Amino acid sequence: MSDYRIKGETGEWEVVIGLEVHAQVTSNAKLFSGAATAFGAEPNTQVSLVDAAMPGMLPVPNRECIRQAVRTGMAIEAEINKWSRFDRKNYFYADLPQGYQISQLYHPLVGEGSLTIEADEKAGLPEAKRIGIERIHVEQDAGKLMHDQHPTMSYVDLNRSGVALMEIVSRPDMRSPAEAGAYVRKLRSILRYVGSCDGNMEEGSMRADVNVSVRKPGDEFGTRTETKNVNSVRFVMAVIEGEAKRQVELIESGGTVVQETRLYDPDRNETRSMRSKEDAHDYRYFPDPDLLPLELDDAFLAECRDSLPELPDAKRARYLSAGISAYNADVLTAEVESALWFDALLETGAKPAAAANWVSSELFGALNRLGKSFEDCPVSPAQAGELLGLVADGTISGTIAKQVFEKMLESGDAAGVIVERDGLKQTSDTGAIEAEIAKILTANADKVEQYKGGKEALFGFFVGQTMKAMQGKANPQVVNELLKKALG
Amino acid sequence: MTELTNLTVAQIRDGHRAGDFSAVEVAEAFNANVAGAKALNAFIVETPDHAIAAAKAADADRAAGTLKPLSGVPIGMKDLFATNGVQTTAASHMLEGFVPRYESTVSQKLWDAGCGMLGKLNLDQFAMGSSNETSYFGNVISPWKRNDGGNAALAPGGSSGGSSSAIAARLCPAATGTDTGGSIRQPAAFVGISGIKPTYGRCSRWGIVAFASSLDQAGPMARDVRDCAIMLENMAGFDPKDATSLNMAVPNWEAALSSDLKGKKVGIPKEYRLEGIDPDIDAMWDAGIAMLKDAGAEVVDISLPHTKYALPAYYIIAPAEASSNLARYDGVRYGLRDLPEKAGLQDMYAATRADGFGPEVKRRIMIGTYVLSAGFYDAYYTQAQKVRTLIARDFEQAFGVCDVILAPTAPSAAFGLGEKTADPLSMYLNDVFAVPASLAGLPAMSVPAALNREGLPLGLQIIGKAFDEQGVLNAGLAIEERAGFNARAEKWW
Repeated sequence: MSDYRIKGETGEWEVVIGLEVHAQVTSNAKLFSGAATAFGAEPNTQVSLVDAAMPGMLPVPNRECIRQAVRTGMAIEAEINKWSRFDRKNYFYADLPQGYQISQLYHPLVGEGSLTIEADEKAGLPEAKRIGIERIHVEQDAGKLMHDQHPTMSYVDLNRSGVALMEIVSRPDMRSPAEAGAYVRKLRSILRYVGSCDGNMEEGSMRADVNVSVRKPGDEFGTRTETKNVNSVRFVMAVIEGEAKRQVELIESGGTVVQETRLYDPDRNETRSMRSKEDAHDYRYFPDPDLLPLELDDAFLAECRDSLPELPDAKRARYLSAGISAYNADVLTAEVESALWFDALLETGAKPAAAANWVSSELFGALNRLGKSFEDCPVSPAQAGELLGLVADGTISGTIAKQVFEKMLESGDAAGVIVERDGLKQTSDTGAIEAEIAKILTANADKVEQYKGGKEALFGFFVGQTMKAMQGKANPQVVNELLKKALG
Repeated sequence: MTELTNLTVAQIRDGHRAGDFSAVEVAEAFNANVAGAKALNAFIVETPDHAIAAAKAADADRAAGTLKPLSGVPIGMKDLFATNGVQTTAASHMLEGFVPRYESTVSQKLWDAGCGMLGKLNLDQFAMGSSNETSYFGNVISPWKRNDGGNAALAPGGSSGGSSSAIAARLCPAATGTDTGGSIRQPAAFVGISGIKPTYGRCSRWGIVAFASSLDQAGPMARDVRDCAIMLENMAGFDPKDATSLNMAVPNWEAALSSDLKGKKVGIPKEYRLEGIDPDIDAMWDAGIAMLKDAGAEVVDISLPHTKYALPAYYIIAPAEASSNLARYDGVRYGLRDLPEKAGLQDMYAATRADGFGPEVKRRIMIGTYVLSAGFYDAYYTQAQKVRTLIARDFEQAFGVCDVILAPTAPSAAFGLGEKTADPLSMYLNDVFAVPASLAGLPAMSVPAALNREGLPLGLQIIGKAFDEQGVLNAGLAIEERAGFNARAEKWW
């Protein structure tokens, strides 16, 4: 249980949060027309007759969009409704050419499911928590109004009009900004694993409507407000924090929270009222008579299921059972790109725990420094596998491996080539090491005395001196053994 | 030349094929009739050049031996079908001047089959009406007059009133219609021609200005049953651009036409016997029953118990869908835009829609908006959908004991223009026999069967099982052969 509380004058308040996440379906074509969907195209260049709602135009469902939504539903272990239907949500706005949005109110494609957010002490999540997901339905996006093109007129860009969205509606199961943030991140991760949404919040591919209410712990739910179109995890958390405080202050000063739609202003970090329940539209939902009910057969569902990749939770569990630390497992599975890269590394035969350590420290560090990502990673899993193999079989030490890695990044050469060329192989030649040890012990007779007198910490000094003398190329384990023998 | 315009579609097709006349001669003859019939106001736009171009192509195809199914046949196109490069208005001010850059699937199929277009036919605005009195471009006048010596202008029926009037007046041998709640059958009955609404989904709705999507269905209107079969064959077919399109092969209806009804059962629904109805209607119906018996059919009494709820359900469902379908006419992208001084978006919507829609369209938008609104949805829309299901079930059960159903097309002959405009309800009642088949999505046609005592045509309606257009056409043919209806309006225009 979250112990996140708002401290008011009348005591502590609990926050109740539900999120409706709109995720743009990854598809080359719109939900009901063949028009393209690329981001950033010139205004009104990706608009079909259907998207512009010309007279007599009809929607035809795009199978790929439905498939992606079904796969997403399966990824959150949700019930898939083999019979669903599209409804019209009627309202007038200049960015809505049809005068209605085709959505699913009464019979959504995907029913009850859930996802689990992991424990993260530092983030204020003491334990893992399951967050219920009420439904996923598919619907059309609207176009975009542009108010800055003309002094007295607004322009409309219909490129986005008709693009497929999944609306993923959570249960009001979250109790802190941290939980909501973790939920959005986890959801984004799953969508990206499944490949049903690119999760790009900056480009608007994912945005959240944030429902917030407050109550005294144990009380009934309070009245909620809904803040629309919040487009980053940070903003989602900020909205919850600010909105919860605002509601507590309002209630404690004798006011009441009204059910309303609010907008978030990131510049001022505050929400303001957009319209109240009284001004709410009557959307006059009814089944879209242009479309037949959507009926899914078993073969289609089987194909959807078979095409699902290993998902973050399963991957994380597999990593843990392979001896990878929980921290590394979290880091590696958070983004699909790093997970896939790491899986390819494991396929080279790399030892999981050592490989995970190397990736989460060395590789992540290098990518950060170079401003690169796993998608344009300068070393391939095969190249990294070779490097880790050289460490594992004792050819080079961990210390030398760092140098080799740097050289790999600089030159693009293979680890083996670099080790050979620069003579970096570590030696397990006991004769050479013993000779150096003998010299060191002679030169440091006083310390040998002290060591033998009980100052065992000096052992590290001797190791260091030996490694230095061997220019880092001695096998540390062999050095340890030989030193112990020499020191008696 | 006037002889050519008396030919049916089949006669034009066959005569042209045989070299009896050229397609250009046919087109010129019909163009001349169209040009000489302004008084009927059947056309919103005349397209003589389109007809001539298609005719020239047909003549060339004949010379090259590459004739198409309808080469040389000029037709009229209801102005609800989008025609590439030709104004498409749905008879509204809202779309006045709107020239689509796309072609409806049905019209494209007809052009591909070799047809030429004589013009865009007038209709009730957005296909809403039963008398063609709601067109922004003025009333269509029926070529028929009562035999009472008066000169009252009569309604050609609606919404496909331009189509019916033009065919009856020999301005075109055939035309497209659309039928949402009788808009092909009732006008066909009013002017003594034939028309068939096929099974819902037979003809693609793509490119037809929508009225009520779950009911709208295109179909042909022509002078006889064979022409309806020929036309329908060239209009129907699966269209991946219409999600409600039937993915079924189009039968060769013309080739399978047969008026021998031995072994067929004809159902007579008792609920269609309305008290106080014009005795001429009942007499025609009884005559029709006798004709089908004569053709070898067995006649059985059937019951369609929910018939009386069909009209109210229709006048909830159709306006509900229309209120949403017509939301796109908002002045933003095409068509009329009224932008008063210092107007905001809402003002623009209000002004544009107030000006662009006629009273009947506004009435239906308001009814539809009301029945879908929160708090009323269940009482109206949900109930109406239940009724619709029950009506479909009535038919299903009836078709357990019969093959086709025979009934009147409309409860009266053509009425005078202006006679019913003051009372929308009496106007709506005109659809009482037509609406049930629409709600059930069944094929239904009207064939002319008799003249009433005023000398006006009356039509019989045949309703068939889903996908059984053939059964409907065959029963229609049996009536046509026996009724021997060859009356036509005397030319006064």
